[in-house]
Amino acid sequence: MHDQSIAELAEGLRARRFSSRELTQHFLERIERIDPTLNSYITVSTDVALAAADAADGRIAAGDAGPLTGIPLAHKDIFLTRGIRTSCASRMLDNFIAPFDATVVERLAGTGVVTLGKTNMDEFAMGSSNETSYYGPARNPWDTTRVPGGSSGGSAAAVAGGLCVAATGTDTGGSIRQPAALCGVTGIKPTYGRCSRWGMIAFASSLDQAGVLTRSAEDAALLLQAMAGFDQRDSTSAREMVPDYSAGLGDDLTGLRIGLPAEYFGEGLDAGVEASVRAALAELEKLGATIHDISLPNAPLSVPVYYVVAPAECSSNLARFDGVRYGHRCEAPKDLEDLYKRSRAEGFGDEVKRRIMVGTYALSAGYYDAYYLKAQQLRQLIAGDFRRAFEQVDVIMGPTTPATAFELGAKTDDPVAMYLNDIYTIATNLAGLPGLSVPVAPVNGLPVGLQMIGDTFAEGRLLNVAHRLQQATDWHRAAPADPA
Amino acid sequence: MALDTKDVAKIAHLARLEVAESELAHYATDLSNILTLVEQMDAVDTTGVTPMAHPLHMSQRLRPDAVTEADQRDAFQTNAPATENGLYLVPKVIE
Repeated sequence: MHDQSIAELAEGLRARRFSSRELTQHFLERIERIDPTLNSYITVSTDVALAAADAADGRIAAGDAGPLTGIPLAHKDIFLTRGIRTSCASRMLDNFIAPFDATVVERLAGTGVVTLGKTNMDEFAMGSSNETSYYGPARNPWDTTRVPGGSSGGSAAAVAGGLCVAATGTDTGGSIRQPAALCGVTGIKPTYGRCSRWGMIAFASSLDQAGVLTRSAEDAALLLQAMAGFDQRDSTSAREMVPDYSAGLGDDLTGLRIGLPAEYFGEGLDAGVEASVRAALAELEKLGATIHDISLPNAPLSVPVYYVVAPAECSSNLARFDGVRYGHRCEAPKDLEDLYKRSRAEGFGDEVKRRIMVGTYALSAGYYDAYYLKAQQLRQLIAGDFRRAFEQVDVIMGPTTPATAFELGAKTDDPVAMYLNDIYTIATNLAGLPGLSVPVAPVNGLPVGLQMIGDTFAEGRLLNVAHRLQQATDWHRAAPADPA
Repeated sequence: MALDTKDVAKIAHLARLEVAESELAHYATDLSNILTLVEQMDAVDTTGVTPMAHPLHMSQRLRPDAVTEADQRDAFQTNAPATENGLYLVPKVIE
């Protein structure tokens, strides 16, 4: 059952071939058997899941089911879930039970989905390999000696490994698309403001956006439909209308103009990854798309810009963890400053501390203009490159990552090498644009992602293009063998 | 920009992070490497470019000045490390 689409599962539920309880138990059994190896979940919420499944079965019996009713999914452990621990993969929140649900969680719960649990991630979403998690790294189901990517690594591993139908994620610099690429699943980061940030633990507030990791664009369309839309409680929520994503999936691609930025096909790109991406582009040409060379001249600066903007915002956001109102508190503090300093030092891991300190430095008196102001000016230039590109093309494409999944531990001693994993994904966040990654032909048995970047609020177009590609090819259907 | 251990100690204090003497050198190396990456920004002349603080061109929404949240103090304080009579407890601040 774990290889079926949401539409197929919903049909099975409606036809009473199986109940949501049976479907949920199927996934819980798989989690119990396989997750000791993958470590894709931080918390499995068995009781909550079974209760939701029974409620869903009630709705189905009463004829009150929607397309997601009774479908088991998982939430990245960055989304607040009332009654289920939300740790953000940090010791800081190891004991934190949120008093309310994130808007995304609430909206999905309203459709009758079943929450299997909370997925592993890099601590506070800071990382590209899931190795900064306080709970140990999730592993890539295609090769458990390799990373699943990050920060939504547990979500990607759980979807790829058949431990949930789909999972939510968040993407600040590539945290949905990069793990989706490395684990061979479909991942979409919508336009900034498309999904509410309410109840999503903040990392870099001008970049963070919620999205989903699924086995197909068709599944992603159903989930995004439920998640997207204006929310009064998020001060930067977009008032833009949400189109019917599923209705647009089948649109014809004839005349679609695809732009290939020269900067995304240069030095540093693995030859095998490039060949897979180009093979997928050839498929899209067969479907009627045309390919155009474009340039995003400032895109190569997106990594340095990001490592000012994101740490600056993180240092402000994480100032809230003070050991007073919630979260970890050190033993026997001798005064208030000692309480703050030791609680934070004990509660945060190394990478989080590095970013807090980089951000603190960049924002400190005398350095603001050289770092933060400069980064914001470059951000304007990067966004301008995209604006000009979208006057010529409809969708921009390239590889999601420069290479396939690397081995656990390969980059943990070199933060800068780790940061360069996100070289093709970060610019999208800086510009606030939607991005999607779909699996294309693997290289040496490891998944490869094709990235699609759309203009503001063009999620529907991205899902449409991804769906047509997935109808014409079967790369997205490949699944890893269960680990022994 | 190379940071030394004294710089790191100062930044750590500003960020209210306890960093052991023995860890300062390791952070100094890491932070210096990150700042070297960041300084690639200097390659581009940005004179006169309007800074972009945010991806959406929008102004902050206003709402009527009315109470919209119910009192959930007890629920929130179940997560607090130490409370008494609805107050958060911290070490003595005023002698």
